[in-house]
Amino acid sequence: MTAVIELWSGLHPLLQAVIKGLAVIGVMFPFGGACSLIERKVSAWMQGRPGPNRALPFWVAWVPGIGLLQRLGVFHLMADGGKMFFKEDPVPGHVNKFYFYLAPVVGMIPALTTVTVVPFGAYLNEAGKMVPLVLANLDVGILAVFAVSSLGVYALILAGWASNSKYPFLGGIRASAQLISYELSMTLSVLPVFLWVNVPGGNGTLSLFDVVSAQNGAWFGLWMPLSAIVFLVALFAETNRLPFDMAEGEADLVGGFHTEYGAMKWGLFFVAEYSHMLIGSGVFVLLFLGGWNPLPWVPLADVAVWLHLTTQPILLGLLSIGIFLGKALFFIFLFMWVRWTVPRFRYDQVMKLGWQKLLPLAIANLLFYALLIAWIQTRN
Amino acid sequence: MPYVVERKPLTLSERIYLPQILAGMRVTLRRLFAPNVTMEYPEQRPAIPTGYRGVPTLVKDPHGREKCVSCQLCEFVCPPKAIRITPGSVEDQPDRTHVEKGPQAFDIDMLRCIYCGLCQEVCPEEAIFLQNQYTLSGYTRAELVNDKAKLYELGGTLPDQHFKWDKKKAAAEHGNTH
Repeated sequence: MTAVIELWSGLHPLLQAVIKGLAVIGVMFPFGGACSLIERKVSAWMQGRPGPNRALPFWVAWVPGIGLLQRLGVFHLMADGGKMFFKEDPVPGHVNKFYFYLAPVVGMIPALTTVTVVPFGAYLNEAGKMVPLVLANLDVGILAVFAVSSLGVYALILAGWASNSKYPFLGGIRASAQLISYELSMTLSVLPVFLWVNVPGGNGTLSLFDVVSAQNGAWFGLWMPLSAIVFLVALFAETNRLPFDMAEGEADLVGGFHTEYGAMKWGLFFVAEYSHMLIGSGVFVLLFLGGWNPLPWVPLADVAVWLHLTTQPILLGLLSIGIFLGKALFFIFLFMWVRWTVPRFRYDQVMKLGWQKLLPLAIANLLFYALLIAWIQTRN
Repeated sequence: MPYVVERKPLTLSERIYLPQILAGMRVTLRRLFAPNVTMEYPEQRPAIPTGYRGVPTLVKDPHGREKCVSCQLCEFVCPPKAIRITPGSVEDQPDRTHVEKGPQAFDIDMLRCIYCGLCQEVCPEEAIFLQNQYTLSGYTRAELVNDKAKLYELGGTLPDQHFKWDKKKAAAEHGNTH
């Protein structure tokens, strides 16, 4: 195992970066596909249907027990993906070709970029210090996430505009209006967390890893529940998930921004959407649910001591990734759960909720915690 | 009579809205684990109720004899003109010579059939029945025209309460043709 680590650190930094980049693509794309399958299955079960359960490639049909995988629809993932790659990709004659082709790419870039700054695990190094597992450990952490992930809406606007047709255009308009409305509340709801993490006299930090370190005791979600709720609601809006599905709104906008898209270009939008969901869930877990700490008041370092994993960085890393991903995946499920529970809001309701309810709530919440934290941290 | 629906003011939990969403999520979660209601069709088939009007078929009597006498009433009554009968003699059927007539060809175009059941209703011989089969598919239009052999294959044998032509034959042998 040390040989692997040595081999890795011996590589040229550029080569390391390329491998990391490929790893991101190699993880996020299948993840997007898997999520779409899980979405189909969850929706089916909630509606009393079995869901996709037919596809079975004939060359594996002889494997005993494969029927279970078939019933779970695992092979539909391959079928859907294959279809997406090979089907005809129509480009309507009335679109602005350059931007039409650009939009899905613009959608993917922020989705894949933000993953790099989200820590997804941690291990103890030789000095017994927690080290985050993250592709790019930036000091600006959360700022980078907010800054880059918000660029994803450009894809929607671009797609809506380049499609040169009414409904996509309306979808793009809605997406931008919605993003602007909810971005404010989202950012404001996160501020109390960083007010607490940045203790007076300490080093200023916006790093997500430091936020998790600050949650070795109580998780922020426990004593800042309002922040967590505002963040979560804004997250639903930011990721364009129901009940804030304005940009797509198939009942009133046909398909919204992606009406004119087909095949893999359409698929890229959805991989991007699921990537945003995963990143959003991950950031929520890091900020409010203790990241890779298994339970409140039970930090990962203690667990490592109990399980004698302090000298096993790789095993501990895997454990922390498992804990973190488990929590994040629960939120992916929550996204789907809410999607099949709540109907879509009307557009004016979305705007009213964003500006008249969520934003004042976020500001009041910020003021309350600013005063509270100031009082606690300057008491002694 | 017109009446006014009373609009109650929303309660606090309804105005906060999140508790309502949680209540809804409880319902969907229970549904998630509830058994499916879907019938997985080609493997599982629905129970066909009695009196179901499926594909029209020709039936034989319990002795395996053809019942149709090609009177062509069904052909005349068929609203979409799906039935085409070519009448023929029954000389090749020694046990039915007293019947005089039988269909030489009997075609039902299932692309025209509307499953109204008038042919069954009009048949004086109880020879044509709309039975339980409800699926049919084919690659060509010609495949969906059921000919006589296909109709008998689909129809099979149904019980007969009258054995009308046996009675007629017995009466004729006793010199009473009416």
